[in-house]
Amino acid sequence: MIDFDPTEEQALVRDTVRQFAGNELRPRARPCDEARELDRDLLSAAHELGLVANALPEAYGGGGELSAVTGCLIAEELAWGDLGLALGVLSPSLLALPAALYGSDEQRQLLLPGLLGAEPAAGSLAWVEPRFDFDPVRPRTTARRDGDEYVLDGVKCFVPWQEGLSHLWVIASEDSGLAAFLVATDAAGLRAERESNLGIRALPTAELALSGVRLPTSARLADATDADLRALLARGRVALAACAVGVARAAYEVALAYAKEREAFGAPIATKQAIAFKLADMATEIDGTRLLAWEAAWRIDQGLDATREATLAIDKAQRTALAVADGAVQVFGGHGYIRDYLPEMQLRNARGFASFEALTLI
Amino acid sequence: MGIDFQPTSNTEISRTHFNRIAREQMRPISRKYDDQEHDVPTEWVDFWWREGRKGAPVDVSQPTDGFVTVCIQAEELCFGDAGLYLRMPTPALGGSAVGAAGTKEQREEFLSSFRGPGQPIWGAMAITEPSAGSDSAAIETTADFDEASGEWVLNGTKIFCTAGQGASQVEGGFVVVWATVDKSAGRGGIKSFVVPALTPGMKLVGVEHKLGIRASDTATLVFEDCRVPETNLLGRRDVKKRDPKKSGDKGFKGAMATFDASRPIVAAMAVGVGRAALDFLKEELERQGVTIRYDAPPREITAIERDVIEMEAELQAARLLTWRAAKMISSGAPNSLEASMAKAKAGLAVTQITQKTVELLGPVGYSNKLLVEKWMRDAKINDIYEGTQQINQLIIARRILDYSSAMLR
Repeated sequence: MIDFDPTEEQALVRDTVRQFAGNELRPRARPCDEARELDRDLLSAAHELGLVANALPEAYGGGGELSAVTGCLIAEELAWGDLGLALGVLSPSLLALPAALYGSDEQRQLLLPGLLGAEPAAGSLAWVEPRFDFDPVRPRTTARRDGDEYVLDGVKCFVPWQEGLSHLWVIASEDSGLAAFLVATDAAGLRAERESNLGIRALPTAELALSGVRLPTSARLADATDADLRALLARGRVALAACAVGVARAAYEVALAYAKEREAFGAPIATKQAIAFKLADMATEIDGTRLLAWEAAWRIDQGLDATREATLAIDKAQRTALAVADGAVQVFGGHGYIRDYLPEMQLRNARGFASFEALTLI
Repeated sequence: MGIDFQPTSNTEISRTHFNRIAREQMRPISRKYDDQEHDVPTEWVDFWWREGRKGAPVDVSQPTDGFVTVCIQAEELCFGDAGLYLRMPTPALGGSAVGAAGTKEQREEFLSSFRGPGQPIWGAMAITEPSAGSDSAAIETTADFDEASGEWVLNGTKIFCTAGQGASQVEGGFVVVWATVDKSAGRGGIKSFVVPALTPGMKLVGVEHKLGIRASDTATLVFEDCRVPETNLLGRRDVKKRDPKKSGDKGFKGAMATFDASRPIVAAMAVGVGRAALDFLKEELERQGVTIRYDAPPREITAIERDVIEMEAELQAARLLTWRAAKMISSGAPNSLEASMAKAKAGLAVTQITQKTVELLGPVGYSNKLLVEKWMRDAKINDIYEGTQQINQLIIARRILDYSSAMLR
């Protein structure tokens, strides 16, 4: 039966994460963006909250509650706090989820206990490549079989690269299509260079050069077919769509509050239709976008193909986030251009949704 | 329950049923009654009266999706033809008003014939006036009570009354007319009255020639000392005087509340027209060997693919906002904000989608040989009636800002 209300449990998760995002992410948003680094205390607090762990298999100490819909609720709230920090907080799932979904027992045993331990552990996945015509389902990075080994060559970007990261998944093309490989960060032939981007500056990311990186056959994400990895990409797109809704909602909220406070010609600017209607459009588009993300997530949870719906969701979400963030800058006028206020950062962050692809997974 | 996008089996039965009616009964005569603007589409009217009004063969022991199912019915029928949809012999908006504000006796008196065996009849609602459209509190039609005869006497002019020809001229039908009983009371003085078809003093003076939905009769009605019984007043008779500290009052707000139910329906109708165009576009592209790639990189897909993906996302966002507003009706939650969001979004989205479809199909899309140009004309009304795009933006803005109508004009 058609329904748009989360379960009581989901609502509780959402409210908890909203509070966490308000208390822990939002106050750090600007300082971490300026400092270009994550905050260790934040990562510890998030780890304690168990946001990533909740979705992982019970056999390894997780909560066993893998749900893309719940993931959307969490991702939206975290990104509402701050996008860069949200991606940092969720980054362990980049390593954990592919292992949980498609990994061999050996791979799960290698990765999951560490990610579910007492201390927060870093995770990462390399999918995007620094080309304007990057095709996520036909990456230029190649995996070639050579005897008992795979050899990886290519360049990746937007690779979360936190201190303490030991392994990451690298997505590459084989003759048969997409494949994923577990690569140690100290592998020979791997060179990482810290990136600097327009937005999400709190999240340390690297450009990764792979030159003849040799891996044992056991490094291949065991059961993942080309279709599985396309499904994983859909998961990433839906997660990002939910994040985009969070960013848009945050920008809309600060714009609305500012418009009610800022006076011009003797009245709050929100009493002018030019501003009020812009806010009305923002609210409408944000709600519509959220429902698109939920629909795609729901399809994933039902085991249905979500390629089309995930594409519609991220297409709409990246347009909504950009338009709303840009609108927020505009509502703030000159102040919107100043780094004392959030809209300038939200605008920089929002533009990235057209390129991030699988920068987070739910 | 939880977030769920799976319609019930009854909704699927309903969708299939009305989709078939749309394809078999409406589409074949779509062009004909667009051309023959003021002719009664007899075959359609008769079909609806004979078969259509029975509804879909749902399993009554199983649940439906409530008002969402109603929206899906509207979407399917407007996927068929929005003009013919508005020409169906039903109580329409007049029925909603009687249903919402009427007593049991009034509902029996005015609505039972629509279920009866007689000839096809229509209901309608008359609000708009030559100088009062969106500002419905400014209407000038008056209703005076004649103590001697115990009747209400209506005077004024109503325009843009959908189905107003059928409702005013075919015995058994009725028009719900908004009029003021006390101009000094502002909105509080506005009441609605049921005027049965052929009541002396109610005159049909014309039917509009329109851009689209030409199969729908949009009437101008003049009321000259038009008398109806005291019992034809819907709702309470007493007038609450205007309180300058407050904006509006419960009576007017109550009347406006019928829009909370009708706006999701109009949004669903809009989505139906938009889908007609978008489905056709995709089928036509397919015939020409163009398949939309949903998994190709955004910077590699063609301009047409990008346009179609964007149109699909916008249409689906509009549909889901519509279902959300409808779902809230079923669960009894206040939905003014969500109803206006759905209407504002759907009206604009399908206006743009249908205009884009004509553009993408080039000279073929512009031609009368296809229905695409008609859908573009039909779609536009959804951005206007039942509250224009801008009126709905105003309602949304007041709600999200927590501003009264006095604070945000």
